[in-house]
Amino acid sequence: MDIQIEKLTKTYGPQKAVNDISFDVKTGEVLGFLGPNGAGKSTTMKMITGYIGIEKGDIRIGGKSVTDPESNFKRHIGYLPENNPLYLDMPIIDYLEFCAALQGVEKAKIKDRIREMIGLCGLNREKHKKIGELSKGYRQRVGLAQAMIHDPEILILDEPTTGLDPNQIIEIRKLIRDLGKEKTVILSTHILPEVEATCDRILIINRGTIVANGTPETLRKQAQGNEVLKVRIEDAEAQTIAKALSALDTVQDVDLVQQEENLFEVQSVAQQSSKRNIFNLCVDKKWALTELTPLETKLEDIFRNLTVN
Amino acid sequence: MHTIWTIAKRELATFFDSLIAYIILVLFLGFSGFFTWLYGNDIFLVGQANLRLFFNIASWSLFFFIPAITMKMLAEERKTGTLELLLTKSVSDRQVILGKFLGSILLVCIALAATLPYVITVSNIGNLDNGGTICGYLGLLLLSTAYTAIGIFASSITTNQIVAFMTALFIGLFFHIIFGVLAHNFTGSLGQFFDTLDLQSHFESVSRGVLDSKDLVYFLSITVLGLYLGEWSLSKRHIS
Repeated sequence: MDIQIEKLTKTYGPQKAVNDISFDVKTGEVLGFLGPNGAGKSTTMKMITGYIGIEKGDIRIGGKSVTDPESNFKRHIGYLPENNPLYLDMPIIDYLEFCAALQGVEKAKIKDRIREMIGLCGLNREKHKKIGELSKGYRQRVGLAQAMIHDPEILILDEPTTGLDPNQIIEIRKLIRDLGKEKTVILSTHILPEVEATCDRILIINRGTIVANGTPETLRKQAQGNEVLKVRIEDAEAQTIAKALSALDTVQDVDLVQQEENLFEVQSVAQQSSKRNIFNLCVDKKWALTELTPLETKLEDIFRNLTVN
Repeated sequence: MHTIWTIAKRELATFFDSLIAYIILVLFLGFSGFFTWLYGNDIFLVGQANLRLFFNIASWSLFFFIPAITMKMLAEERKTGTLELLLTKSVSDRQVILGKFLGSILLVCIALAATLPYVITVSNIGNLDNGGTICGYLGLLLLSTAYTAIGIFASSITTNQIVAFMTALFIGLFFHIIFGVLAHNFTGSLGQFFDTLDLQSHFESVSRGVLDSKDLVYFLSITVLGLYLGEWSLSKRHIS
């Protein structure tokens, strides 16, 4: 099921929490929702799940507007809210049964679904406990289980891996990737490597507006601009090498990073690569090229550039 | 309807899981039993085989205990954030309110059912008026629906259970006492007006065995108004 968001706006008092944002998410896509605290991520998610009303704009789920009282869109959504609120005095199985019944799972299938979810989320050893007796990581799994109990076509996860240990994080990421092949997934997170590990597309929002939208690769390309290479050349004086490098016609700028080790950062002219030229230069001069690494812009840098004002 | 029942069942299960139900049942039975059988103007002093005294005392116990039952229903859910999870399931605000209402009414019914031994005892002592007894229980039930609706409204406007309890008690106080006092102090149409609003007089007329549509309309309007205001207060999240 596709989600289309059109010119969504939400104001809290004088402050615009979400300001005129539009984007689409398609079936089989995992969308990573990034942004600093208070950027409007959770507000947007709350509007998609129908918890808070839409002030301006529209959200369409599977082509139907959520404002249409006939659409019954909540049944197609599995939602894990921020901070994972749960009824702590309920046993896990009772709670999952309650969620399944509310989401309209057929009575005959409820037991099977619960068994499946308990297996999938690794709750087997804890299944007879009350939710309040569980550690944070296990509560998070219960939160995921309740979101997926009715096999929804859309999953909306607000920071799904908080509180999990590294093994669990890897499992949950894999689970999200697998689910993302058939379903529509929107997840928000602060952990940037997580976005790279799980998401097909990244949406960065800041102060209620979208500042970047694309795959991790395209974002990197946009942010990076010119090629930057880390180069180490031996068997000559650093100054001589620097001069020779600057003389190459694809090189725009040379930076001597470490004098003793002859380490340079070479920035190429836009749209061009100097890798071959540097290699040929070293061959001509009989210098030893001991390092040549392209420097990639990290997602952290992109994030900082876009959201620090 | 199925959704409302699911929510009501969960509320009831939570009451019994968290011991609140047992405490309320013991206190309710203890309080009403003590004043009915043991203390002061008790049933032996009256010397009549009827339960009018019990119904009067039970109306006071319910007045105090129902706010204690309803206070956490929405206030706590709002505070812990589970309300968000509940309302993003495939349920409407109205179903949530009605489910919670039904859950607490069921608990009250269990409490009232636990007083049936009183009926059996009195009917063994003398000739019990069956119709009057049934009407007495009906009166208690109607009174409970009104106070439960008020309690749910009070719980919907705050995140603090104590505030919800006090608010419900405060609103209930008007219906239980203040309107009655005002009705005595004023004459003419104003006195008539306060008398119409007084819950005690409606309750007494039902429990005396007089089933008047006026009384039914009175209790049902308070119930519907309370639940409607509760729903309205939930839906306010959409506009703020």
